[in-house]
Formats: sequence, structure tokens, C-alpha cells
Amino acid sequence: MVLAQESAATGIGIYLPLVLLFALALAFAVFSVLLGPLVGPQRYNKAKQAAYECGIEPSPQPLVGAGRMPVAYYVTAMLFILFDIEMVFLFPYAVSADALGLWGVGAVTLFIATFFIADFYVWRRGGLDWN
Amino acid sequence: MTNVFLAQADIEAPPIDYAAILPMLIILGAACVGVLFEAFLPKHQRWPGQVTLSLLALAGAGVALGAYAGDSPERGVTTLSGTLAVDRPALFLWGTLLALALAALLLIADRSVEPGGAFVAQAGIAPGTVQDREQVGSTGMQTEVFPLTLFALGGMMAFTAANDLLTMFIALEVLSLPLYLMCGLARRRRLISQEAAVKYFLLGAFASAFFLYGLALLYGYAGSVRLADIANATAGTDRSDTLLFAGLGLLLVGLLFKGSVGPFHTWTPDVYQGAPTPITAFMAACTKVAAFGAILRVLTVAFETTNWEWRGVLWAVAIVSMLIGAVLGLTQTDVKRMIAYSSIAHAGFLLIGTMALTDEGLSGTMFYLLAYGFTTLAAFGVISLVRDSTGEATHLSAWAGLAKRSPLLAGVFTFLLLALAGIPLTSGFVGKFVVFSAALSDGMAPLVVIALVFSAVAAFFYLRVVVLMYFSEPAPEGPSVSVPGAFTTAAITLGVVVTLLLGVAPTFALDWAGAGGFALGS
Repeated sequence: MVLAQESAATGIGIYLPLVLLFALALAFAVFSVLLGPLVGPQRYNKAKQAAYECGIEPSPQPLVGAGRMPVAYYVTAMLFILFDIEMVFLFPYAVSADALGLWGVGAVTLFIATFFIADFYVWRRGGLDWN
Repeated sequence: MTNVFLAQADIEAPPIDYAAILPMLIILGAACVGVLFEAFLPKHQRWPGQVTLSLLALAGAGVALGAYAGDSPERGVTTLSGTLAVDRPALFLWGTLLALALAALLLIADRSVEPGGAFVAQAGIAPGTVQDREQVGSTGMQTEVFPLTLFALGGMMAFTAANDLLTMFIALEVLSLPLYLMCGLARRRRLISQEAAVKYFLLGAFASAFFLYGLALLYGYAGSVRLADIANATAGTDRSDTLLFAGLGLLLVGLLFKGSVGPFHTWTPDVYQGAPTPITAFMAACTKVAAFGAILRVLTVAFETTNWEWRGVLWAVAIVSMLIGAVLGLTQTDVKRMIAYSSIAHAGFLLIGTMALTDEGLSGTMFYLLAYGFTTLAAFGVISLVRDSTGEATHLSAWAGLAKRSPLLAGVFTFLLLALAGIPLTSGFVGKFVVFSAALSDGMAPLVVIALVFSAVAAFFYLRVVVLMYFSEPAPEGPSVSVPGAFTTAAITLGVVVTLLLGVAPTFALDWAGAGGFALGS
């Protein structure tokens, strides 16, 4: 097994899974896009024709009532990135937590505390209220 | 797979020289506390809380810096696994940044020139809507600007001390992202302010991408992002020069963009004009210091041995920058845009000192940064005082005959313009003198001659404003000159005093600037 891996590592063979994964992803995307119109119900309305369906109103904005953009989606997306990045850094710590010892616990606690500062800000300023 | 993890030995924590990086830690820590202030303080306590915190942080960082600089090692130290080099140039630039940020912060904190401050109450409201018209009357402001300033400042400090390119990139983002936001916070003329923010963000993101691409190519060349390792790699001859020069070129595009050096200057006039004037002052002074600090370090530490290859290119860049700044500055009708073009011309002069790569070049450029920073900061402080009913009256025609209305303000602005032009007895003259003499002794006589010609051209547009203020009839419906509050007065006074002091007695600052070179070890 080890020998087989070594011989594969010298050639281009190690990239085969990557190519397969890429082909699979491409096939899945094409398949999904083609399948939608074929099997889905066809009910056209105004919202379907809008450029984006992700929460932002297409310009021009109504002057009364709204005026502001509904930014709830952006806040959610940014919060997601916050947690995402936190996890990116916590993962390497978690796999070598033993080796890092007490110093590592202190460092990662400090990191999470810093991270929560941003979180507190969003929470206190109403970023988590959906309305 | 699990046995791989179990097999590893205990990981040693890298030693951290806390005393050396304490100034930076204080600034970034205070910025975090500032965000907590925003979260937990009631609205009316935020402004006094933030101003106190920011001023205390700057004072604390200044004390920590002074205490450390007094007996810092001659050759500097590298800490945090060698990612930060705290050496004499870094300490000098940190001191410069802290002093300039103090003056900028005073301008930012002023709430008497513009009722409620120069910053909008709710930046998220779209311009032209009902809510936007309603908030014109309010005197609230986004006090987030204070922690943002501190974050940007912390990033700038890390930027000038970064000893490897990845740290430099992170620092570049930490200093840039708050600046993009701060540009869009002007209370008046919301549309142009938001336009400035978007333009700066988009072009800045491009510049960051250039920097990152150059970083990747240099890593491909040297196998390391550490500046000293890149320098070592250039000593060997068996590597691809294409990677080296393509990488250096792309890296420099990113850095020169931040320093608003022509031809990478296109964002400068629009952003300087649209941003709130205190933020423009902060950008013009501190970003310039940070960008040129980083250029100095990269060129000196990593690329000194290859300087014959890139020097020709930077000659051309410096000439283009001076040409654009001096010639297009002549055609401007807006004072803020005019100072923006002046900063492009000054970037060209600074680049000449940066290229010298001698001790005189290093100390001269750093002195120039200190001198220019205070002068331009005070100039923007003065600009914020000339107002009419719509806010700041930045059109040049409004400045006609200003000396009759306010002799003091016209006198101060004249002095600052003369300093920007480089007239003797001002810091601008000494700065140009040390930079040009360093370039002369390093064999760049033709470039110095060209620079002198452009200095003369640029002097014309500064003097044009002086003539306009003193020898024109004031417009009947012209602007009034606001009586500045304590904060703005302090900032302008600080800028003027430093400009005069560095012009009359520059020795102490020159000595400090020339105290030692970059830490070369990794």
C-alpha cells in the first residue's frame, strides 16, 4: 500500500481525485440547472424576473416607508463569516490541543474573547433582530 | 491518520517581546474596548467615552514607545516568530504615526465647527430619502469612527514593522478596511462621500490583489515570504529572474497605490475630496507614513542587492508622480483636490529619497514623512474652518479675499502652503533638502534636477492660492470662517508649531530619524 502510494506520488496520478471531484461538481451544476426547468412548476411572477432574489430591493428605492435597504441578509452573511473564520482558527488548535497545553488554552480563550467583542457589538446594536 | 497527531512533540510557544510591541497592543486593545463602548454605553455617553479612551490610548502608546525607545537595542529586535521587526526606523515611524494620529483624532473629535461633528448620524440611510433629510437636523454622529481610527492606526503600525510579506498584507488590510468605511461617513454631501468610499474600496481591493499576487510570485522565487530570506535568495543566480521582477513589480503596485504615487494615484483626488475632512487629514498624513515606511523596508531589506534592476523603473514612476501632481494640481478649482494633487507630487519627492537606499536616504525620507504629515494635516484642519451654508466651501473662488475676512486663518494657511512648496524656514524646505542631498550623493543628479523643476511648478499653484486670498476682492456671498473649537485649534496649532520647529531647528528630529537602520536578521 505504501509502495503504491509512493509510485503514484511521483506521477500525475495524485491529481486524479481532484480532477474527478471537479468533473463531479461540474456535472452536478449542469445537471441541476438543466433539471430545474424540466421538472419544476412554471409560475412566472415579477419577483422571478428580478435580478436578485436575496433580499435587496432593486433600485430605484421607494421614497416612503422603506428608504433603507433591508440589510438583514448582509448582517447574517457577515456573522456567518465571523463564525466561519473562528472555526477555521479553532480547528488547528483543536487537533493539537494536547501538544499546546495550558498556554494554548490561554491563547485560544483570548482569541475567542476578541471574537466575541464583534459579536457583542452586533447583538447590542440590533443586528440579530430580524425586523 | 490519528497517530500523526498523537506522535507530535509539545509545541513551543514563540517568545514574544511584549515591551517592544506594547505600543501597538495598546492601540489595538483600545480599539477593541472602543467597540465594546459602542455596544454597551448609552448613546449620549459614547462620544465623551470614545474621545477619552482614544486620547488615553494614544498617550499610553506614546509613553510605552518612549520608555522602550530609550534603551532599545541598536540593531532592533524581531519578535512573534520574526514576523515583526521593531527596530529604530520602526520606532521612529511609530512615533510619527502616533503624533499624527493625535492631531487627526483632535480634528475628528471636534463638534463645534460643524454642529455635532463632521460625521453622519446614520451612515446606513440612503442619500436623498425622507430619513436622510430628517437626519440633517440631528446632531448625533457615528462614534464608531474612533475605534475605526484606532484599528487603522494599529494596522499602520504593524505595516511599518512587518518583517515578512504575509504580515505586511494582513496589516495592509487592517489599515485599509477601516479607512474605506470612514470615507463614507461625511455628514454633508452624503452622495460624494459614499462615492469616495466605494471608489477607494474597489480600487483598494484591486491594489491588495496586486500585492498578494506579487507576494505569491516572490514566494515562488524565494520559497519564503520573509524579507531577509528574499534578500538571501537574490544572492543565488540559479533562480528565475522573471518570478523575482514580476513579483516585485506587482508588490510595488500595491504599495505605491497606498502611498498615492502616480500613476497609481487615480483614487486620491476623488477620495480626498469626498471623505470627511478630518478623515482626509488622517489619510493624507498617516497612510502616507505607513505606505512609505513599508516601501522603505521592503526595498532596503529585501531588494537592496537588486537595486540596479528596479531603480530605473522607480525613476520613471517618481517623475510621472511629480509631473501628474504638479501639472494637474495647477488646473484644480477645489482646495481639497488641490492638496490631493500636492500629495501626489510629494509622493514623487518621497520616492526619490526612498530609492537612495543609504542611511541619509532612510533618515531623510522619514524626516520628510514627519514634516509633510504635520503640514498637510494642519492644512486640512484649516480647510474645515472655511464654511458657508452648505458646509465646507472648498471651491477656490470662495477663498478669494479671505485675508480680509480672517487675517489669522489666511496667514496660517499661507504658512502651511509655503511649507508644502518648500520655502526656507519651514519643515518642507528641510525635508526636500535632506531628501535631495541624499539622492545627489547616491548618484541621482538628473532626477534631483527634474524634481527641482517640478518643485518650482508646484510652488506656482500654492502661491496662486496665497495671491487669491490676499489680492482678490472677497465674493459678496462668500463663506464665513468658523471659530474653531478647542480640539481643532489644538490640532492646527500642533501642525503649525511642528512645521515651524522642524524648519528652524530640525537637528533633533534628523538625529532621531538617523539613529539606526533596519533589523536585517530574521
